[in-house]
Amino acid sequence: MDVAFFQTFWISIKLATLTTIILFCTGIPIAYFLTYSAFRAKIILQALISVPLVLPPSVLGFYLLIAFSPNYFFGHFLDRYFDVRLAFSFAGILIGSIIFNLPFMVNSIQSGLSNLPVSLKDASYTLGKSRMTTLFRVLLPNIKPALFTGIFLTFAHTLGEFGVILMIGGNIPGKTRVASIAVYDEVQALNFDTANKYSVFLLLFSFFILLVVYSVNREFLKWKRF
Amino acid sequence: MEKILIDLQVKKAIHTSGGNEILDVKIQIPQFGFVTVFGKSGVGKTTLLRIIAGLTRPDSGYLIVGDEVWFDSIKKINRKPQERNIGFVFQDYALFPNMTLKEHLLYARPQKEKKYVSELLDLFHLRGLCEKKPGKLSGGQQQRLAVARALARKPQILLLDEPLSAIDSETRTMLQSEIIQAHKTFHATTLLVSHDVSEVSRLSDFVYVIDKGTIISQGRPADIFNKPVYS
Repeated sequence: MDVAFFQTFWISIKLATLTTIILFCTGIPIAYFLTYSAFRAKIILQALISVPLVLPPSVLGFYLLIAFSPNYFFGHFLDRYFDVRLAFSFAGILIGSIIFNLPFMVNSIQSGLSNLPVSLKDASYTLGKSRMTTLFRVLLPNIKPALFTGIFLTFAHTLGEFGVILMIGGNIPGKTRVASIAVYDEVQALNFDTANKYSVFLLLFSFFILLVVYSVNREFLKWKRF
Repeated sequence: MEKILIDLQVKKAIHTSGGNEILDVKIQIPQFGFVTVFGKSGVGKTTLLRIIAGLTRPDSGYLIVGDEVWFDSIKKINRKPQERNIGFVFQDYALFPNMTLKEHLLYARPQKEKKYVSELLDLFHLRGLCEKKPGKLSGGQQQRLAVARALARKPQILLLDEPLSAIDSETRTMLQSEIIQAHKTFHATTLLVSHDVSEVSRLSDFVYVIDKGTIISQGRPADIFNKPVYS
């Protein structure tokens, strides 16, 4: 195994870790809003967040590439005023990855919150506790499996991303080349051994993550029973 | 003459099993009183408690507690539940699965008052169960914890939403005694929602009978329940 192999995996893991951390922090308030807000138009936000679940990744990647291009408004704005170019950069694939994985984190947390009896939140309010205290002391501790599922699924799904990253980031070694793209690239170059190394690692890693998700959920169900 | 603590007159459109109704009630509850709202399921009893707690907003009306206005649709006053000094015992108890019994009481109390928590543990016979989580408590113990937690905040008003409906008759009699004892000890003006005639007769000193969203009769339990319709 050479430096390029580890470098590619390092980019994959860095991308997955940053995507997961950012989505965990933003997913909680979004899921809270979608669960408890009486705002009727929230259904539009819900649909927008879930679009990546049904949209071909290449379509999302294509529009993000257009948006990041200095020839169009957003890319031009970033380039001119902040000297930032997102196309074919790590920051660009990170943004694409965050948008693409939004439903995995938000839907998991939202499902956890929706399954909690509303009376838990009400009870905390009647005890004089603020929304923030209620969220951190009562709601989140009681949806741990949903939080773990959101974290692990987002992480694993980012590792397996292909279309969006290829469209936005291309395949630049040491910069935007991730493991899933490396498999494709090595097969194109008829390097089946190297492609196999990447694939085995991705396969084992994905399996391990799902194993953790199911184990954690099983332990939590036991804990709830007693 | 008794001092009125809760003066409530509200209207609220509600969805019941029998269709859409308008909850339209006017009730007055004396300070330190134990008053029951009696009626069948789905007539708006729980909604009434939620309105007092600030968990449900009425369409119109007012709620005055002591000399404070908690809700007034004309003056656009609506205090948050956190700003209303109440204790609420939910029908499903709403205990927090992640907290032990003691953590529930520590979470609920306003300041570091260890002595008060200790008093509650003794009154409700919960001292030996401090480290247990709700899932390991019996139905009766969960109910005791729900009442103790509601009282831990030292509320001015205690709201009980059919708290004994899921408990066997023997435990229920014991818990009724504990609720009476707690009412005497902590002097919280108490409003109970129930559809159990014997429970209402034993616990409360005044009853409002509610049906299809309106109060159809009111009086002392002995006067109300001696009518042929309840015998």
